[in-house]
Amino acid sequence: MIECKNICKTYVNGDVSTQAVRGISFKIEKGEFVAIIGPSGSGKSTLMHILGALDTPTSGQYSLDGKEISKMSEDELSDLRREKIGFVFQAFNLLPRTTVMRNVMLPLLFSELPMKKREEMAKKSLKYSGLDDEKLYNNFSNQLSGGQIQRVAIARALINDPAIILADEPTGNLDTKTSHIVMNAFQELNRNGHTIVLITHEPEIANFAKRIISVRDGVIEKDTRNI
Amino acid sequence: MIQDLLGETIRSLSGNKVRSGLTILGIVIGIASVIALVAIGQGAQNSVASSIESIGSNLIMIMPGSQRVGGISQGAGSSETLTEADAEAIGQISGVGVVAPSVTGRYQITAKGNNTNTETIGTVPDYVTVRNVSMDIGSFFSQQQVSSSAKVAVLGPTTRDDLFGENANPVGQTVRINKIEFKVIGVTTEKGGSGLSSQDDMIYVPLTTAQHFLAGNNYINNINITATDQSLMTSVQEEVTNLLLARHKISDSSNADFRIMNQNDIVSTATSVTSTFTVLLSAIAGISLVVGGIGIMNMMLTTVTERTREIGLRKAVGIRKIYINLQFLAEATMLTFVGGFVGIIAGWIASIVLSSFLSITPEISTTSIFLAFGVSAAIGIVFGFYPARKAASMNPIEALRYE
Ligand SMILES: Nc1ncnc2c1ncn2[C@@H]1O[C@H](COP(=O)(O)OP(=O)(O)O)[C@@H](O)[C@H]1O
Ligand SMILES: [Mg+2]
Repeated sequence: MIECKNICKTYVNGDVSTQAVRGISFKIEKGEFVAIIGPSGSGKSTLMHILGALDTPTSGQYSLDGKEISKMSEDELSDLRREKIGFVFQAFNLLPRTTVMRNVMLPLLFSELPMKKREEMAKKSLKYSGLDDEKLYNNFSNQLSGGQIQRVAIARALINDPAIILADEPTGNLDTKTSHIVMNAFQELNRNGHTIVLITHEPEIANFAKRIISVRDGVIEKDTRNI
Repeated sequence: MIQDLLGETIRSLSGNKVRSGLTILGIVIGIASVIALVAIGQGAQNSVASSIESIGSNLIMIMPGSQRVGGISQGAGSSETLTEADAEAIGQISGVGVVAPSVTGRYQITAKGNNTNTETIGTVPDYVTVRNVSMDIGSFFSQQQVSSSAKVAVLGPTTRDDLFGENANPVGQTVRINKIEFKVIGVTTEKGGSGLSSQDDMIYVPLTTAQHFLAGNNYINNINITATDQSLMTSVQEEVTNLLLARHKISDSSNADFRIMNQNDIVSTATSVTSTFTVLLSAIAGISLVVGGIGIMNMMLTTVTERTREIGLRKAVGIRKIYINLQFLAEATMLTFVGGFVGIIAGWIASIVLSSFLSITPEISTTSIFLAFGVSAAIGIVFGFYPARKAASMNPIEALRYE
């Protein structure tokens, strides 16, 4: 369902240009659980943004479900991001001074769904992500601990029950125990049919996935399957 | 969807109360000052115009001019050149309605132990017609009383209040003008109007009485006449000028020993002064509008970084661009409308409060409301919406990384 052909991304900042991704090709089928691993600065986040239709490659083709992303209109891209892709950012990117519930319901804004239904969906999503304590749901996002923020970010990604979940270092700031809980949640999601791609720089976390793609300096070094 | 739009707008504005409050304050100050200052300027203009109109209609005034003695100008109004004979001759000109010669002087007036210093006008009964004087109590003096130099007086309402107490009926009582006793026979109706000299603080006495007992000579220092029709004003003025030049044996009109003015000249001079005043006030108001506008710009622009990230996030989770634009437009609009509404009310209150000190009736002009509102709405919407629109066109990652 995900197909990348020779993706390159170059950032130009004045006179300096950085080649973050230089020719990456791979396919990911529906239902896979893929970990992308590599050292810091190797282009993982850049690649993930392209997979999430948040950024466009400088060259190369990326198609999702057989549709070429670069040929889509802005609104089609918005709809795609909202309906098919759940994205967990490396920096989480929650709205400050906004409650947990509102953060999780953000993707549903301006939809036809009534408020009741949205709240139901948000609660379900939060429980699924391991945030059981309903008392926290009306707290502002900036009053939460790192682990709780992480789960709210995951819950927001899950709210539309997306086919693909993309997570950029979802265990980056978590202790080992909490990391394992989060990874178990991803495994559970994968068992329920979601395609999952996550980034990590820890081999131990990558081992939760069924397939590991190693990148270094913007190119694929290794693509192995875990059995 | 509309609910979401309103909800998001209100939540976003109330989420940052200080920012929203200060932005609204900038708009309020800008709009209120324009409305208040223009209203006061307009009110002053109206009050000057109406107090001039209350003097009379189709009025032409003749005053002594500067007399040249051996080539030296003696200053306007200083000469004693007009006589009753001049007034009578003017009455013969066709197109002249009523002629009322008068002498004026300021004297100490006393009655019942009170005293005041008031303009005393010695004139004839026709003065009533010429200057739109009407009687509240009693009657004006008659031609007969003028002929017999009767010591009777008609008081203006303010003078009456000063001497006899508010709304008292002084008819039949005695006042002393310059220590000479006069019998009060009437009180004129209040004319209101301030600014120039008050028409209500006056004493009227028969012309001959004033000449004999107060001035001590036979000159007159004012001839008020009316034209029978507005269209005759210019020609009457010309004929009067020619007549007086001939009577005073002056061949060069630039050496005239009298001045002649008609009411239209006075109105237009006065309105040109007051409209300068209004322009000045409007300019001050305009400056505060600009300052308010810069405040709005500053507020809106300083939050762009924060807003750009928020917009990036909204786009990243798949909200369509149109909704993002709509939300920011709604925010900017709501800010300017709340500010505008409060500003209009504040301006209205301010103009009432200010004008109570200045004793003029403020006239709130819709033009100033629309102008002030339009300018601040434009600033608010351009600087609130334009950066948001720009951010909404970025790709989500660019917007999220914006610094
Ligand atoms: N917006 C950007 N502008 C310029 N350079 C960037 C930008 N984003 C990332 N880079 C650079 O591209 C390279 C890859 O970054 P990134 O994809 O974030 O790596 P990773 O997520 O693997 O740490 C790094 O050298 C980084 O500095
Ligand atoms: Mg990264």
